[in-house]
Amino acid sequence: MSQTRQAVAGSALVEVRGLSTTLNGKIIFDGIDLDIPRGKISAIMGPSGTGKTTLLRHITGQLMPDKGEIRVDGRNVPKLSRNELFDLREKIGFLFQNSALLTDFSVFENVAFPLRQHLKLPEELVRNIVLTKLQAVGLRGAAELMPSELSGGMARRVALARAIVRDPMLILYDEPFVGLDPIALNQVLRLIRVLNDTLGITSILVAHEFSAIRRVADNVHLIAAGKIAAHGSPEELANDDSPWTKQFFGGESDGPVPFHYPARDYAVDLGFPAAAT
Amino acid sequence: MIGDSLAQVGACGLFLLGILAAIPKSLRHIKETIRQIWFVGAMSLVIIMTCGLFVGMVLGLQLYYVLSIFGGTAALGTVVSLALYRELGPVVTALLFAGRAGTSITAEIGLMRATDQLAAMEMMAVDPMAYVAAPRFLAGIVAMPLLACVFNALGIFGAHLVGVTWLGLDNGTFWSNMTSSVDVWKDVVNGVWKSCAFGAVVALIAVFQGYTTPPTSEGVAYATTRTVVFSSIVVLALDFVMTAFLM
Repeated sequence: MSQTRQAVAGSALVEVRGLSTTLNGKIIFDGIDLDIPRGKISAIMGPSGTGKTTLLRHITGQLMPDKGEIRVDGRNVPKLSRNELFDLREKIGFLFQNSALLTDFSVFENVAFPLRQHLKLPEELVRNIVLTKLQAVGLRGAAELMPSELSGGMARRVALARAIVRDPMLILYDEPFVGLDPIALNQVLRLIRVLNDTLGITSILVAHEFSAIRRVADNVHLIAAGKIAAHGSPEELANDDSPWTKQFFGGESDGPVPFHYPARDYAVDLGFPAAAT
Repeated sequence: MIGDSLAQVGACGLFLLGILAAIPKSLRHIKETIRQIWFVGAMSLVIIMTCGLFVGMVLGLQLYYVLSIFGGTAALGTVVSLALYRELGPVVTALLFAGRAGTSITAEIGLMRATDQLAAMEMMAVDPMAYVAAPRFLAGIVAMPLLACVFNALGIFGAHLVGVTWLGLDNGTFWSNMTSSVDVWKDVVNGVWKSCAFGAVVALIAVFQGYTTPPTSEGVAYATTRTVVFSSIVVLALDFVMTAFLM
């Protein structure tokens, strides 16, 4: 068991050990261990509010954990200085949930931004790289548009082009499929796969759409109640019969994950006498 | 309440240190600094010129009336220019600057925070302190004295318009009394120092408020209001302190 564990850890680009986080008094992670293998597409799934985005923020050093180790390419993120963190981030692409495009810049300038800030490339080369990435997401023709002129799905694809413009070793996608029409969804799924296979990039996807995850992810981690509730290939999880996986992938309201936020008795809230129990 | 205010002042002080530390790195983004100087300086010209003209005209009218009681209308140019160079130019420009440029800086940075643009820069290994905060801070220091000079020029022009053109004061007396009484170092340059200090204070408050605003529409609204209120109070208080030291 320990040999298997060591073998997995050796090939992992991201290793999380004993991660514990509490936000606003709520326990988000309670000592979780997690390995993201190199060159693979790993999906992080789980009910809303279970800390999927928080995990991405830990991996990129935007948020520090209460306890635990997060190693990215061998470097323990919580212990890095700001300069070391910036060095690491130069090798990471991040797709934000709300795209986070720079609103003063055109689509072209948004995608060119990381190149202009870090590399002194000839303008011709910058132009070629940016147009190549925009072509990959199907928006080369929108290069001169401003972010305010884009639909939500288009903005997401521009943000994707910006995330991949420097061919990073690791890309983190936070809800990449929201707002995409079926055509764009297919293209983005294909792009994520192609990037992984041709450039050897490691990808971490946070998403709720299991049908899409099933088509692209190599393995899935299901987070619930501060723990890793299940992990394996999408097929393994689809056929898993633990109460967590059955409820989450079956979309059932009854199960270990409550649909309702903790509240007082419904009748009392409506002003009726409390029901006798 | 007092504890919160002191904590805010402390946080603002640490933020200033952060900006000062980021200035060398921000020189890599010199184009952004120039863009911000254009934005907070050139784009504020209309309001500064208009207000400068009217302030000068009002000064001309009021002082002509007061000086005429003592038969001293010949000193109109001197009094107007000293009032503008030493006090009104830097102070009124700073208050207008806080209302025009300070609020827009706060709202812009606040919205950048609310829409994760600052976080996106961090993720692209671009330091927002060097790319967003420091250029706006430097722009405030550069633009304010220039705007105060424009304000003074338009103010003197307004006073000349009222005193000489309308009320019949001698043109030569107006200018010669002014040039003989105003000292470049004691009056004009001291005013420029004040403008630089006010520019730094207003820009610091505006950037700090935007940077630390809660990422909500209400948070941005409150932050812009706080920029104007805090800037006005600090500018007036600092004016007294600087006047006491520069006299």
